[in-house]
Amino acid sequence: MIRLERRSELSRAMTYLSPVLALVLTLLAGIALFSAMGVSPSAALYTFFVEPVTTVYGLTELGVKATPLILIGVALSIGFRCNVWNIGAEGQLTLGAIFGSAVALYFYEVEGFWLLPLMLVAGIIGGMAWAAIPALLRTRFNSSEILTSLMLTYVATLLLSYLVHGPFRDPDGYNFPESRIFHDSAILPIIFDGSRLHLGFALALLVVVAGWILISRSLIGFQLRVMGNAPAAGNYAGFSQKAMIWLSLMLGGGAAGLAGVIEVSGPIGQLLPQISPGYGFTAIIVAFVGRLHPVGVLFAGLLMALSYLGGENAQINLNLPLAVTGVFQGMLLFLLLACDVLIHYRIRFGKRSAIS
Amino acid sequence: MTLDFIVLALLTIITAATPLVFAAMGELITEKSGVLNLGVEGMMLTGAVTGFASVFFFESAIVACIAAMLAGTLTALLFAFLVLTLQASQVATGLALTIFGVGLSALLGQNMVGIAYEGLPTLSIPYLTELPIVGKLLFGQDFLVYLSLALPFLVAWFLYRTRAGLILRAVGDSHDAAHAIGYPVIRIRYCATLFGGAMAGLAGAYLSLVYSPMWVENMTAGRGWIALALVVFATWRPWRLFLGAYLFGGITILQLHAQAVGINIASQFMSMLPYVITIVVLVLISRDRNKIKLNAPACIGKPFHPAA
Repeated sequence: MIRLERRSELSRAMTYLSPVLALVLTLLAGIALFSAMGVSPSAALYTFFVEPVTTVYGLTELGVKATPLILIGVALSIGFRCNVWNIGAEGQLTLGAIFGSAVALYFYEVEGFWLLPLMLVAGIIGGMAWAAIPALLRTRFNSSEILTSLMLTYVATLLLSYLVHGPFRDPDGYNFPESRIFHDSAILPIIFDGSRLHLGFALALLVVVAGWILISRSLIGFQLRVMGNAPAAGNYAGFSQKAMIWLSLMLGGGAAGLAGVIEVSGPIGQLLPQISPGYGFTAIIVAFVGRLHPVGVLFAGLLMALSYLGGENAQINLNLPLAVTGVFQGMLLFLLLACDVLIHYRIRFGKRSAIS
Repeated sequence: MTLDFIVLALLTIITAATPLVFAAMGELITEKSGVLNLGVEGMMLTGAVTGFASVFFFESAIVACIAAMLAGTLTALLFAFLVLTLQASQVATGLALTIFGVGLSALLGQNMVGIAYEGLPTLSIPYLTELPIVGKLLFGQDFLVYLSLALPFLVAWFLYRTRAGLILRAVGDSHDAAHAIGYPVIRIRYCATLFGGAMAGLAGAYLSLVYSPMWVENMTAGRGWIALALVVFATWRPWRLFLGAYLFGGITILQLHAQAVGINIASQFMSMLPYVITIVVLVLISRDRNKIKLNAPACIGKPFHPAA
């Protein structure tokens, strides 16, 4: 029999060891998975996790993929700390991309250094506006933000589809559901020559620092932690639950919106029917693997970005389906949650001892 | 509107409502025991892909449905082990189950995209099925539809007329009291969660074997989440849940037949309807905090770790 014995206090060591343990277990599960698919596990793991980052270009691509994950992961982890479950970041990302693109397309004839900042602000506003709906419904009508934010993701995807098929469609694009390609003023500058690594990555690093200051050095961060760990104490101290819900969703929506506009003005360069391979959902895993801490999120974001690159690489070189990435990400989160039990409990095998 | 159109519309409603009845009824039982499983979408997808693969492998619709239920049960077991044995967060684990299910089903189903299936065999009773209007509606459905019609009776009877149902509700409303009396809280929650998984798997099988009938990546399109919302909408009551599922089925016909009745709106906006209406009904129900408090299982989402 497996038995859990509550620790007298949380294990700090396990808080940090758990993601490592989960990663090791995920790799072991990956070996089993690849063997079952008839692929040599060593070759597959190499193709998946090592080969993509053996070149400088690969490393810059890692930064490109990690940018939206880090941006959204930092913001989501702030909400998760006080039990605000914004799982609709994917929809907020989509709205950010739509708002940013609207600005770029409206000023299609005009060039100027002011255009890009304007687009980024529009993207943030778009994401925030979309996140304001679940925030309002939760604070005003007590509706679960989990369900409303997720439903809005489907609505956002359909809205994007409508726009690229209709009003935003490139008039000279032979009826393809794509917007015009943005001109140079609306494209994020490249920060590393010969790569696709753009200014957005630097912005993501700034957000990590800002998130760290917010969480560990500000009163708001303290309130968030109290409301998450001991809501009763928070209420007694006069911290407002509603304010925390609004703050969490606005940060999440703003960051996701920023990630969305960065995607369209960075690696994509126009508005397409599909602009994200599920960054908004993967960012949930990033937040957990990063221990809901901005610096942890930075590393977790790079790790998850590697799983995207690895998936693409394995598809090209080993003819493996792209879906392997999703399985890896899901397994990692599952195993992480399982390993997290060690933070609160010791595992004991055998029958309950007389003294307990 | 012709009579034919009405019959066609009713048939569409039934097909759209049936998977929701299965998935939501399973989740209702799970939640009644005090467990919130947000992984319905992932379990449905796993069931859908398993059912679709099995129908070609075993060449039997019934075996395929059983296989789908087993697949759903297995994913639910994974969830139950994490939240009940290892005390992981139910919300986070449910999300993980959905993410995992999306990935796993896409991987398993990669070679099945584009294959068509003729659909489950439908009931055919001489004379009765050939009756005008009611014939096809009442006597020409597949066995899953009849099962889904029986489900609210069974679930309502189980919850409110049997001792086991009473115990299940007790565990969901106060796990400490139930534990003190001597009921095995964790074991009961395991059973309820596994039942939820089996039903979600069956709901998935209905989608891939009847509704589509084929396998497409992510084919549930949020129906698992709609099922979760339906449970809240129904204030955890089986008959309201059944009505709610048919209400949503009704929305689908708006979507499919809007063009036919001459409504000219971009198709994307029609496709948004189920999601928008889910939000609207959720708001209407949750607005009344007392109503939720009175009906929701009091221990929902809370971990149970016996003190002694």
